[in-house]
Amino acid sequence: MKGIDGAVYEIHGMAALAARDKWINRIHPLVKLLLTLGYIGAVVSFSRYDIIGLIGLAVYPVAGFLLGDLSLKEGCRRMRFVLPLVCLTGLPNLFLDRRQVLFWGVKVGAGLFSMLTLAGKGVLTVFASYILIATTSLDKLCYALRLLHVPRALVTQFMLTYRYVTVLLEEAGRMVQAYTLRAPGQKGIRFKVWGSLTGLLLLRGMDRAENVYQSMLLRGWGTDYGYQKGRVPLRVWDILYFLFWAGIIAVFSLCPVLPILGDLIGGILI
Amino acid sequence: MHMADALVSPAVAGTMYACSAAAAAYSVRQVRLDTDTKKVPVMGVMGAFVFAAQMINFTIPGTGSSGHLCGGMLLSALLGPCGGFLTMIGVLLIQCLFFADGGLLALGCNIWNMAFYGCFIGSLLIWKPMMKKGFTRGKIIAASVLGCVLTLQMGAFSVVLETTASGVTELPAAAFAAVMQPIHLAIGLVEGLITAAVLVFVYEARPELLSGGTAPERKGKLSFRGTLTALGAAALITAGLLSLAASSSPDGLEWSMEKVAGSAELEAEGELWQRAEAVQEATAMLPDYGFAGTQSAGGTAVSGIVGAAAVLLLCVGACLLFQFFKRRKGT
Repeated sequence: MKGIDGAVYEIHGMAALAARDKWINRIHPLVKLLLTLGYIGAVVSFSRYDIIGLIGLAVYPVAGFLLGDLSLKEGCRRMRFVLPLVCLTGLPNLFLDRRQVLFWGVKVGAGLFSMLTLAGKGVLTVFASYILIATTSLDKLCYALRLLHVPRALVTQFMLTYRYVTVLLEEAGRMVQAYTLRAPGQKGIRFKVWGSLTGLLLLRGMDRAENVYQSMLLRGWGTDYGYQKGRVPLRVWDILYFLFWAGIIAVFSLCPVLPILGDLIGGILI
Repeated sequence: MHMADALVSPAVAGTMYACSAAAAAYSVRQVRLDTDTKKVPVMGVMGAFVFAAQMINFTIPGTGSSGHLCGGMLLSALLGPCGGFLTMIGVLLIQCLFFADGGLLALGCNIWNMAFYGCFIGSLLIWKPMMKKGFTRGKIIAASVLGCVLTLQMGAFSVVLETTASGVTELPAAAFAAVMQPIHLAIGLVEGLITAAVLVFVYEARPELLSGGTAPERKGKLSFRGTLTALGAAALITAGLLSLAASSSPDGLEWSMEKVAGSAELEAEGELWQRAEAVQEATAMLPDYGFAGTQSAGGTAVSGIVGAAAVLLLCVGACLLFQFFKRRKGT
């Protein structure tokens, strides 16, 4: 029950964040989508031991959190699915990768580096996705997908699924709550009612789909209905934003910026 | 089983995106959503249903733990492989974007591992062949469990291959598979049972919603013609055959009359009574339930049949008249 309520809350929360009138929210959705995909691609391209280089790429999520006025706590909460799996996958490296590397004069197991790099990649990629969805409404995202020639049917289907998710989640929540109130102290749904409880939700959903379809027709449902609401013009600022971040990501991916900076600062100080 | 971005290399992610995109392009062409717009909201709602149903925890008897619904197999059983596949893409995209369950770059892998196997393999290799000759409860349960177990095993093995090919872990593929496969065998069994429970419910409540087989004909109310035929046959059997076994003893009223008046039939006196009796004897086709002047059993049977037919005709006629006047009153 808590899970269902939490999911509804999370979806509404995301929609509220994306609807805010922040500078970053007004950036063209295609620019943000391409940058996010490029950024994630750059992050996962890093060598499995290059944790220093990966730290440099943290500038993009840091700027995104600041410009979008986003909660770091909320961003970290989104790690709950990804991080355990990533850490579990990276954990064997700690024991199986027995090579030694020198780190600031200290011998450290290479496995530790590869595990930390993997975890770092997990954190940065989740943050990048969070910034995208927290600053871009679904209408705009669907519009960007259409600009990338993703089939209209797929985009419409995705948009409708999103629209109905909260409705069906709330319905499922009511059904589970009614069940829980009649079965206090019981964890989950009992075997005997697996079929009827979920099946009824399904049949109600199917009936609802029919009603929704009729309503859509009455409201002038068309092939481009919905995501055209997210249509925004491409401005010069959007192109500059794209070029700026594409440049930053390329520089941090291709050059050892942090060691060069470190040497420079060290040289000046010493 | 949702893969994170960190677990895949760009090469593996790109390859899996290409594979999933090919399957999606084929599905879009097959489903023809552009011409059949009615499918769009149904698929949207079904996607939302799978998402909502996956949030419900089902208690696994005797373990204390809980399981979830298997979306791919359920959707392919209801929408067919292509419709189910497209719907699953929507579900996975929402899970990735709004809940960070699976990565944006790893979406191609996740679509392949969960949607492709669940919908195409589950439907084309298991569901459709098993349901070819019609649905039954047993076949639905068997197909659901077998489909979920097989597709989850394939998905889990793909995760192992994709992770190993990406080179993110030192764990050998065999050891990784030895961990992944048994866990997903147990998960598949539970998810299969939950999916079976839902599909059996749908089969019993609305069998026409299931795809890939022939829905059984629902034996509902008999039609007017059917009712008439059944009643007629019953009347014929009763009148023609059972009347042969009719008792020669007096019935209840005759028995009472005999006790009170000493005779089963009262002799009426008077001119009016005699004229009426003469008319009845002249017009009665089968006096005393037999052919005139004979005592044969066949006469009793025929009289029974004729009588039953007359009563039936009278009854049907009265009903039709009643309906006719009711309709006229209604208009």
